[in-house]
Amino acid sequence: MSSRETILNNIKKNVPSSTIDLPETNIPHTIYENKDEKFTTSLASVGGNAVWLKDESIDEFVAKNYKDFEVIVSTCKDYTCSTKEANKPNTPHPLENVDLAVITAEFAVAENGAVWVKNPDNRHRALYFLATQLLIIIPKENIVDTMHEAYERIEFDKSGYGTFISGPSKTADIEQSLVIGAHGPTDACVLFV
Amino acid sequence: MGHPELAEKFIANNERMHWHDKALWFVREKRDLAAHGLNEWESLREVAKQIKTHTIDKLDFYLEEFEKNAKEKGLHVHWAKDAKEHNEIVLKLLLNRGSKKLVKSKSMLTEECHLNPYLEENGIEVIDTDLGERIVQLRNEAPSHIVLPAIHLKKEEVGKTFEKFLKTEKDNCDPTYLTRAARVHLREKFLNADASLTGVNFGIAETGGVVVCTNEGNADLGSSLPKLHIASMGIEKIIPRLKDLSIFTRLLARSATGQPITSYTSHFHAPVEGGELHIIIVDNGRSDIIANDDFKQSLHCIRCGACINTCPVYRRSGGHSYGYTIPGPIGSTLGASKDLRTNKTLPFACTLCASCSNVCPSKINIHNQLYKHRQSVVSAGLLGAKKHTILKVATWVMKHPALLDFGGKMARKIVPKLPRSILYSKVNVWGKKRELPKFPKNSFKELYKQREEKK
Repeated sequence: MSSRETILNNIKKNVPSSTIDLPETNIPHTIYENKDEKFTTSLASVGGNAVWLKDESIDEFVAKNYKDFEVIVSTCKDYTCSTKEANKPNTPHPLENVDLAVITAEFAVAENGAVWVKNPDNRHRALYFLATQLLIIIPKENIVDTMHEAYERIEFDKSGYGTFISGPSKTADIEQSLVIGAHGPTDACVLFV
Repeated sequence: MGHPELAEKFIANNERMHWHDKALWFVREKRDLAAHGLNEWESLREVAKQIKTHTIDKLDFYLEEFEKNAKEKGLHVHWAKDAKEHNEIVLKLLLNRGSKKLVKSKSMLTEECHLNPYLEENGIEVIDTDLGERIVQLRNEAPSHIVLPAIHLKKEEVGKTFEKFLKTEKDNCDPTYLTRAARVHLREKFLNADASLTGVNFGIAETGGVVVCTNEGNADLGSSLPKLHIASMGIEKIIPRLKDLSIFTRLLARSATGQPITSYTSHFHAPVEGGELHIIIVDNGRSDIIANDDFKQSLHCIRCGACINTCPVYRRSGGHSYGYTIPGPIGSTLGASKDLRTNKTLPFACTLCASCSNVCPSKINIHNQLYKHRQSVVSAGLLGAKKHTILKVATWVMKHPALLDFGGKMARKIVPKLPRSILYSKVNVWGKKRELPKFPKNSFKELYKQREEKK
């Protein structure tokens, strides 16, 4: 008998003949009067920052706020000043020296400062973690209250990888002292356009 | 050695014991703030419990559905009935592809399977990439907590360890400096790895994908650079629907550290370009627990560590005193279910205060389980002779009310007059670090009678 059968048979032998129904997950929950404000404070609490673009282009915003950045790559069509093509290398390793990655996210979640990143056109998911800093571009109307709304917008029929990113990478493994910038980006800015 | 003996070593350093206690309580308080920030917190816990109950009761169905959907997406699924088979599958996958350098992100399951020593014996370089896990790996220790692996260490000790292995500045123990040094050290390991292994927080039956949650980004960095990604998953990690994650992602990080969500909640439904994603479904004793109605709820655990942070015994005895992969209340019940003989002291590493059950995000009846395990320890004849005799005598006395009254009366008279050398002699283990309360003149029974008469 294969291990698969051994395991499944043992479970079948042990489970009850009936059980409770699966519950509804969309329970009554917190709704934020001002989602933008809640998102901003949530993101700040996890070490990131949120900005709303006003009267300028993304190119101008980057030029102004990321002055001395040498290697900039982008998965966002509206940013046109990349110094390197994100999809050009056949493996992600050449992206290790990226100073700033300008990436797109589908929507933001007010309750926890997370953004949903799933871009089938981006060849190397490692980019999100190799880059020293992240600038995440989201249409300003795409902001939801909680994870209940978030999971209604997600599917995996087409692209196989997606991640919620909430602020920069961090750790508190040494004496509970929070250090921003563990293995991934040391800074994450969400730019609403 | 059992929990009392190992705990004794830990509490020998009084200052460190209180420091450890405070560090964990700080995390517990952050959890409270996060939980109280949501009006729907209790509903979330209740729904989580219902999802887990339903899933474990139909686990065979959901595992098969998971396998079918994962395979349709081009993922590879393996089944391992025990630790040995799991380790062999991992080694075979590595050897068949000529992989020699494995980067691992946190997985309590691979700790349970003792994967690292097995792979190292077979010539594989294994690098734990979670900062806390890397620290304990360099020190040749086991993690002392499932979420905070190096919580037992002070920054000076981490500094010393890094001085030795990462050549950091002498006596520099600034957490930011040390974290940056680890980042540089591990970046190189990530870039040169030819395979990665991650644990799994959730396996989604409906979509056939797995979800991994980290703060450091190590699981993502590890799995997105090499071509081979192995994900090891216990059978109980299955959830039926994608939308069930709306409940669990709201509970997990808040319960664990008080964060609203982990920095990264990554959903893997495909390998990297030109790569392979292999999921190993591991039983290793779990399917036997389902058979026992008293203990099957322990499979509802989402490994947040909230019960560990709140436990008064864990906070004062440290994770290594349990001698089991998973320490604290949930580990004590899982360990006792797995091997009662080896872990017979764990159900007693508990004051039955029930704080663990009260903070558990999936509402596991942890303290009830520990109470039940104690009964199993007694009926299996595994209780120490001294404790057994004391309990037998106590049972006999309590069955004879007149004797109990007399004994109480005598004790109230004699005990306060006894010298300390007798009262706190070696025989009285309860007298260690504890002072007897002042004895009252009357027993509760007498006081109650007096009160009734006055009415």
